[in-house]
Amino acid sequence: MRWKEESVTGWGRALRAEAEVARPERLSDLPEKLGPAIGGRRSYGDAALNGGGRAIDMTRLDRILSFDPASGKVEVEAGVTIGTLLRVFAPQGWMPAVMPGTGFATVGGAIAMDVHGKNHHHAGSFGGHVTAITLLQEAGEVRITPRNRALWQATIGGLGQTGIITKAVLQLARTPGTTMEVRERRAEGWDEHLAMLDASQATYCVSWIDATATGEAMGRGILEEAELCATRKPAASHGPKVPTDAPGFALSAPIVKAFNAIYFRRVPAEGRSVVRPMADFFFPLDRIHDWNRLYGKRGFHQFQCVVPEAAKGQIKTMMQEIAGAGLASPLAVLKRMGPGRAGYLSFPMEGYTLAVDFPNRGRAGGLIGRLIDMTAEAGGRIYFAKDSLARAEQIGAMYPDLGKWQAAVAKADPGGIFETDMTRRLGLRGSE
Amino acid sequence: MSETWIILGATSAMARAFAQAEAEVGSGLILCGRRLDDIEATTADCRARGAEMAEVMAIDMRDPTTFGPILERAKGLVGAVNVAIFTGSMPEQSAIDADPSLIEGVIIDSHTGPARFLTEIAPQLEARGCGAVMGITSVAGDRGRIGNYVYGSAKAGFATYLSGYRNRMGRSGVHVLTVKPGPVDTAMTWGGPKMPFMSTPEAVVADMRAALRKRRNILYTAKIWGLIMLVIRMIPEPIFKKMNF
Ligand SMILES: Cc1cc2nc3c(=O)[nH]c(=O)nc-3n(C[C@H](O)[C@H](O)[C@H](O)COP(=O)(O)OP(=O)(O)OC[C@H]3O[C@@H](n4cnc5c(N)ncnc54)[C@H](O)[C@@H]3O)c2cc1C
Repeated sequence: MRWKEESVTGWGRALRAEAEVARPERLSDLPEKLGPAIGGRRSYGDAALNGGGRAIDMTRLDRILSFDPASGKVEVEAGVTIGTLLRVFAPQGWMPAVMPGTGFATVGGAIAMDVHGKNHHHAGSFGGHVTAITLLQEAGEVRITPRNRALWQATIGGLGQTGIITKAVLQLARTPGTTMEVRERRAEGWDEHLAMLDASQATYCVSWIDATATGEAMGRGILEEAELCATRKPAASHGPKVPTDAPGFALSAPIVKAFNAIYFRRVPAEGRSVVRPMADFFFPLDRIHDWNRLYGKRGFHQFQCVVPEAAKGQIKTMMQEIAGAGLASPLAVLKRMGPGRAGYLSFPMEGYTLAVDFPNRGRAGGLIGRLIDMTAEAGGRIYFAKDSLARAEQIGAMYPDLGKWQAAVAKADPGGIFETDMTRRLGLRGSE
Repeated sequence: MSETWIILGATSAMARAFAQAEAEVGSGLILCGRRLDDIEATTADCRARGAEMAEVMAIDMRDPTTFGPILERAKGLVGAVNVAIFTGSMPEQSAIDADPSLIEGVIIDSHTGPARFLTEIAPQLEARGCGAVMGITSVAGDRGRIGNYVYGSAKAGFATYLSGYRNRMGRSGVHVLTVKPGPVDTAMTWGGPKMPFMSTPEAVVADMRAALRKRRNILYTAKIWGLIMLVIRMIPEPIFKKMNF
């Protein structure tokens, strides 16, 4: 196996690491010397970075190993993407039970972050639909199921620290067709917005939020509710590709404000219903290839937190702080979360989750630092898949099962060979 | 009408991507190569992706007795039978200089093996009067250069063979596509020197399938390589022989 000197970045491109990367094309080519796994590189920060060390790019391990059309159980190599599973199986009546907002995430990455989807309040997190995992550790290969309690819970949402996930068995969910019936409604301000989210009965529910609107309009947005639909329609073909880094002013405050105002009015005041191909609904941004380059060379950060239901007041304050700062990009999402989580370090908790992108410049870092503190005070937590700025001392209280995770990981990876820039930055592995 | 692709050299990254794409539109697949356990995994993958059928058969370009069972199997197929040839090997030129006996293998894998297989299957395809043959050569075959001229000459030989084969098979309605990829991001190039206009297996496969649909004869992929090679072919030999690239 050859190793390539590569400059690796997460999706946000604000952090970078020089590493030696192997990219096996088949499981039998996995190198003897292991390092942390790299999936689709859709985590924003340094979760998949290992500066000065080795890493294994899993994306060419992309085969579906077996599928039972009667039960919907599928075994895959870890590099298969969520988008591939949707594209291949929806016409056959099955789909991944949980899908993140990008189809380019791999199954390995989806397990390692225990990702959530627009149906989290009903379906729980990704890990709840995984029935077996094959791990490659320094000592060799092990196959685990939920019955391996501690190792299982340390692996789901475990940032790849228990070993390289080589294969996984997933339980797919039924779908009657390949489209979604989507209902879009405007929310004119924060309180109305939250009330609409609370009242929603839809299977899939998510909101776009205008993170630049202030005053009366603060917190306005568009609520999207959707149900699986029996009609069949192929996904639209790929859209444009962002060929090069955009100049810095592309996402400056006045442009974003103007864009958001237009985007908000895209939906008529009385709302509307449309039928959309599944991929367009689940992965709206994937149509623009490499859209992260719109943020220019310096990249961007995403702040994502979840706070408990009782912290309604605090999350409103956070939103006011964000809107007041005028630093946000148009990409901002608000969602209700259910309690479903499958691992010690899983992100979800019952409450509200807010995700906002910020170009990496000037005051954004300070603002995100304050937002992280506010999240902790509100009894919430931040999402490792998005983080690149938190400090070790901000994390402990957010993840009460951290100790249990550390104990299981110490056993699974005694040599610390799967440590990443993120686990080092946040001191996640502890003193052991 | 049902369609089956016989794919030789199915372990290559481009072959896998091609098989996966054909599987997703429901084609039948007979995947041939040497690493049977690996190809077995690809056939399972193709079946899950929707292939009408997917089978593994052993082939070794250096052992023509392995061709027989595949030719027999092809006879039993209903509908159009297509053949795609991805085989080839590329030892470092320096390894070849140290051990010239390596040359034979390179020529067999990329040129004489594929040529013999295609010649043997030709009457069957002619009798069917339809189908397509896709041969993967290389931009390296357009002009010999210091870095890999043994590999280049094997690919050049195969490209010339394909041109004649097209001339013959076209008369019976069998289409022949010659594919000339530039550098592709595969295990072969991973970690090697940086190369310009690198393509990916997925992009190459998309180009191939579009070229097959349009019944093109020669495909450069990425497309820019058509232009680059036009220029490179025009450089006069007295200058070319002093160039390093
Ligand atoms: C546009 C966009 C929308 C998104 N929407 C959502 C969303 O709605 N919900 C959500 O939960 N997330 C969302 N995400 C985040 C994304 O789903 C997660 O970051 C996910 O982990 C990405 O998977 P990946 O394959 O790219 O993994 P990477 O980012 O490459 O890696 C993530 C982590 O997984 C580990 N890992 C990867 N593969 C393996 C393996 N085979 N074995 C062991 N460890 C492995 C890495 O070491 C790293 O720690 C979104 C991201 C983007 C860019």
